[in-house]
Amino acid sequence: MIEKKYILAFETSCDDTSVAIVDTNYKVYANTTSSQPIHNDFGGVVPELASRLHIKNITYLVDTAFKKSGLKISQIDAVAVSVNPGLIGSLLVGVSFAKSLAYSINRPLIAINHMIGHVNANKIENPNLKPPYLGLIVSGGHTEIVNFINEDEIEIIGKTRDDAAGEAFDKIAKLLDLGYPGGPIIDKLAKKGNPDFVKFPQAMNIKENYDFSFSGLKTSVRNYLKKNTEEFIKKNLTDIVASAQEAITEILVKKTINYAKKYKIKTIIVAGGVSANSSLREKISLESAKINCRVFFPPIEYCMDNAAMIGCAAVEKLFKNDFANLELNAFSTKGLKIL
Amino acid sequence: MTKLEIILQDKEQSKKFSQAISQELKLGDVLALYGELGAGKTFFTQNLCSYLNVKDYVNSPSYVLMNEYYGDFNIYHLDLYRLNDSEEVLELGLEELIPQGLTIIEWPEIAEDFLPKETIKIYFSYFEDCRKAIIHSRESIIESIKKILPL
Repeated sequence: MIEKKYILAFETSCDDTSVAIVDTNYKVYANTTSSQPIHNDFGGVVPELASRLHIKNITYLVDTAFKKSGLKISQIDAVAVSVNPGLIGSLLVGVSFAKSLAYSINRPLIAINHMIGHVNANKIENPNLKPPYLGLIVSGGHTEIVNFINEDEIEIIGKTRDDAAGEAFDKIAKLLDLGYPGGPIIDKLAKKGNPDFVKFPQAMNIKENYDFSFSGLKTSVRNYLKKNTEEFIKKNLTDIVASAQEAITEILVKKTINYAKKYKIKTIIVAGGVSANSSLREKISLESAKINCRVFFPPIEYCMDNAAMIGCAAVEKLFKNDFANLELNAFSTKGLKIL
Repeated sequence: MTKLEIILQDKEQSKKFSQAISQELKLGDVLALYGELGAGKTFFTQNLCSYLNVKDYVNSPSYVLMNEYYGDFNIYHLDLYRLNDSEEVLELGLEELIPQGLTIIEWPEIAEDFLPKETIKIYFSYFEDCRKAIIHSRESIIESIKKILPL
């Protein structure tokens, strides 16, 4: 057995600052995130967008990660960081910090694509997971079906043409005044509702096309709410949100399963914040069983943006000595460029 | 600044509206797009970008706050929907971005104080089954719209 190594990982692509320590067997020693109530007398830190707050959070989170893990900085074998896609100012905080740290402790630096990171969150519970597999990556900012042919080769099968799936949840919750983020709130309410109450349209419901569109659903929910009285909406709230959730999850599952069926895919991996949605989990499990396909989800606490997943994605690269040099820069470009 | 109010009957007319504006844009222009959810801000941006020869998918930046595209200009597509105060707008580096390309801002209300005087402002709204746009901009853009979309 190869001796295990420790990776210190950073994720700052959007709202949350996150620092984690994982080892090359995908064991997580610490995963600290700025939006989590990490420290009691801190009372939890509110998620913030500004890069200034990432700067404020990051050293504190590094200290917390080491305290939690019981490890010392001298035990770290590599530093990993997400470099794209994301908000450039926020990404730069993580990249600059990781670079300086890697340089000062004289350890290699590993650059990770944020979305590849999400997929790798699945290895925390299933360390032996290896391509080929089909990934459904669904979050507030992304909705993509990606075919992982092998460790180095991926193919984007479909993506959203407008709003992301998580964004559709947020915006529908906003239309109904339910609060933010919309995903978990709708998920909870929908459990008590009838998903067939209203038939909201599923856009891009075309065979052989794996792209998504959720902007029309948002408009159609808005029109539905305009058409009905406040009293009616209040009375049927759980049914309405269950129906909206149905429109989102059904099309995600349908397209993923159609592709898996057509190309005889044996493993599906769901990742990203929306992979925590219970209806999505239930549906895709049911449908993939019908076509003899295994399906994996990350543990719920690793669905949202976190640094542990970045550390997991760095394991293979560490074994291959696939390191970034210190000229590494963050870039905001969308998608899966840079593996 | 000149004002023009226009009813966009269908998607074709919405596209022509974007096209007319695209022909008159120059480096450093800022477009502020107002309007409720689903009023057509992202749809407008998608069409505008396609007329500016952006090959990439143009989708909503609500979550990531900013998307960058490359076409006839560097295009910065921002969505300030999730920001809480105007200080966060400064953190985004808006002032540095503007001179480098074309900046399109959805939900710009929170950035009002930082928008250049010449900002092209478009207010989208629902109008019966179609959409209405009210645009405040320099004369040349209004002329271009009148030419392509005869009232």
